[in-house]
Amino acid sequence: MTHDSALERLRGGAEPRNHDARTIAALTANPGCARRGIMDAAGVDKDAVARRLGFPAPFGQSQFAITRGNAFEAQVKADGCAELLTLLRDRLGLDVPEVAYDDLEVVAGNESRELRHARTRRLLERALSSGEGTLFDHPLLRLDIAGQPAYLEPDVIAFQLGGRFHIIEIKSFAVIDGQAEPEQVAAAARQSAVYVLALRRLLEELGAPAERVSHEVFLVCPENFSNRPTATPLDVRPQLAVLGRQLARLTRVEQIVGGLPDDLTFELEAEELPDAVRTVEARYAPECMASCEMAFFCRDEARACGGTGVLGKAVRDDLGGVDSIGTALALADGSLDPSPDLAETAERLRTAARLRREALTA
Amino acid sequence: MSVLSSLAQLEAVATGRAQPLATVRHCHVAAEPLVMVPLKLAGEAAAPLAVMLGTERAEPTLLVVPQPRNRDLRFAFAADLAKLVLEYVESSRGATEELPPGKDGEERVRYGGAPQLLVPNRAGVGFLRMLGRSTRFRRTDGPYAVDPAVPRLGRWLTWFADRHDKPGACLLMTMTETLRLHWATGQSSLEDGNLAALLGWIDPPDGLDGPAAAARAEDPVTCPPAGPATDPTFDNEVLAPAIAAYDQSGDDRAEERVRSVLDGQLRPTWELMWDAIGLLRALPEGASVAARWERDRDSFTWYHSTFDESHPQARRDPAVRAARRLHDLERAQDAYDAQRAFDDPLVMAEHRLAGQAFGGVVTESEPTRLDESGRRPKLRPHLRVATEDPLQLDVGTTVCDAARPALKGKIIEIDAAGGVLLELTGGMGRKLVPEPGVVPEPGRRVCFTSLGTGSWGAAKFPEREDTPWTHGGPPEEYVPTDEDAAEEWS
Ligand code: SF4
Repeated sequence: MTHDSALERLRGGAEPRNHDARTIAALTANPGCARRGIMDAAGVDKDAVARRLGFPAPFGQSQFAITRGNAFEAQVKADGCAELLTLLRDRLGLDVPEVAYDDLEVVAGNESRELRHARTRRLLERALSSGEGTLFDHPLLRLDIAGQPAYLEPDVIAFQLGGRFHIIEIKSFAVIDGQAEPEQVAAAARQSAVYVLALRRLLEELGAPAERVSHEVFLVCPENFSNRPTATPLDVRPQLAVLGRQLARLTRVEQIVGGLPDDLTFELEAEELPDAVRTVEARYAPECMASCEMAFFCRDEARACGGTGVLGKAVRDDLGGVDSIGTALALADGSLDPSPDLAETAERLRTAARLRREALTA
Repeated sequence: MSVLSSLAQLEAVATGRAQPLATVRHCHVAAEPLVMVPLKLAGEAAAPLAVMLGTERAEPTLLVVPQPRNRDLRFAFAADLAKLVLEYVESSRGATEELPPGKDGEERVRYGGAPQLLVPNRAGVGFLRMLGRSTRFRRTDGPYAVDPAVPRLGRWLTWFADRHDKPGACLLMTMTETLRLHWATGQSSLEDGNLAALLGWIDPPDGLDGPAAAARAEDPVTCPPAGPATDPTFDNEVLAPAIAAYDQSGDDRAEERVRSVLDGQLRPTWELMWDAIGLLRALPEGASVAARWERDRDSFTWYHSTFDESHPQARRDPAVRAARRLHDLERAQDAYDAQRAFDDPLVMAEHRLAGQAFGGVVTESEPTRLDESGRRPKLRPHLRVATEDPLQLDVGTTVCDAARPALKGKIIEIDAAGGVLLELTGGMGRKLVPEPGVVPEPGRRVCFTSLGTGSWGAAKFPEREDTPWTHGGPPEEYVPTDEDAAEEWS
């Protein structure tokens, strides 16, 4: 059986879900998880699966936040991105000459992703050779994830200046006195890095050097407590390095698929859905809560197995590689003799147990 | 984190209950703390939606912005909040103590009390900080005039948020962090960020164990989030229609509706905050808590008594101030860590595990030993302590008695059998025989540590006027501009 048909079977005939930079950035958050790797490669709707399993993901969005985000973006992009251009020119001192704005999203009816991607390619190719075009909104990019092509529907603008491309990302979190919330900036940087990488791949395919996509992206956010936009350059080299490394490390999908039963499917209506999901090994960590729709299901599973991973990385590290809670406790109370490689950990656990006892009974 | 606290977490999993990380309370809990549970509008930097606050469990005050995007309503809310907070700050002062004059003969006083704000979590502090930032530069005259209480509130909130950064300070505390200092649960730190889940592990309701109570707490319908972020489903299904109805009619009934749905979101957290206060109060207070609270009162006295002459805090700290502040915070952290260890054997156990302290039984004691090698004899008792602890201290290290830090000594020998020979050097009185009972007898349990015996010299930073040009030269005193006053708040 070919991989494509295997993946289709896993999806249970449903349409594959599109990736976006958030899901790809999140994918790299737990590269060792085969469950996630396979579900994402097959484009399984993890949200629907989790719901079906009785563990819906906690990723709701408030309509207040959505409204605000949309309003801000519309404002920045209004009149052919007038505000955006002012920012680029005045704030960042860029010498942007004449301007052309191409929105690659709005094309006749329901075009396929392949067609839209082709159109993005064509326009960028022309831009590369002729220098034509300045702002390309909603380019449809493609990136190989674990050996499978994934389409990216980025909500960003590719900005060309002097034959070099920059990614511009519009976010509605505020920059106050030059500072934004670090987690939000970090998430934006991770996502932008995905777009830079995908755009670089595209340029390479077109025979242009990858460096023509800058590692400097521009983040456009509301300033202070107003709706006025401000632009901040952001160097995403560190994020690009991590991303490159993690994508290379992602367990190859073929290998995982090869080891799975022939009739495995994540079809939503299938009765054995929970077992099917459990067949593929997971590696739960609390970070999953912020990045993966399957988190509640996997946490429940990991808790039931008594794994130390559910308590977080710090605890796991403290326990020096003991990954079962029961084992760690048995080593601590001396009821279990440690194997030689755990002797040191066991010694520390026993000392810790004695010290706790002494302090609590003093 | 350490093996010790990790082990406590494992025990929590095994028993289904949180396990203690402290044997005493390491923070001050005011007789009348001001509990505040703020909510903000999703997607905005600092648009207040509601706050429930008060100093008594039975009498919370609820302030609400029925249309959070309306600037006038927002400032009306800020003015109402300001009145309550400022009134509380004033009432917390108590009587003023006269202190002995300072070195330069300057008069010194200290207020007998200080305000204490309690919020559910760190994000709550972030929100108060933002609310402070968005109100402290407002003008009380001119075209954008606001109620005079509003910029005062902004300055006080900024001050509280700033105090929160200082380790061991108790002027603004978050409940989740405070509880986590005292208990370890069987869930990760991420889940501990949920006040209801955390309390579920520490003090589960009748008939439930920790995991069951925590699971219940994760359902936003039974346990609405402790803010400032609201539950998106609540926003979409309940709040949005209520606000829309208010927009349409603008009448009291519609406003009452917004109030009542927000009351429903805040009330459970309000109750949890008071439950948590009860749990903290039930712990005996650590020995150094009162001294730290005294520093907090000093800091409050200073800010309060200079409030009228000073300007709002700058948008950003000038370089020297930022460096000094960082240094102060580090020193405060070290001092706080050491104080907690001396107050609490369970915290000291961390240092024993790390090898910076050791405990055991005295096997030999020579309380009247004299060192007669010098011109005058000196009292230098010897003490041998048998310990099983993984000691990391070298011969020659100065240590002190964890139970009586004045008693100091030096390690002079570590024998193969785990015995540590100490020569005591101070803290035994002035005579050539030690004060009775000071030198431990054989058979006594003792603990000695290298902690806190070093002295902390104050750092030298250039004065404000001497800021090097590399750091932007001397900073201007920050005086808010018209632009600050007119800043949008939308
Ligand atoms: S939640 Fe489950 S499937 Fe998702 S990354 Fe974590 S362990 Fe893997």
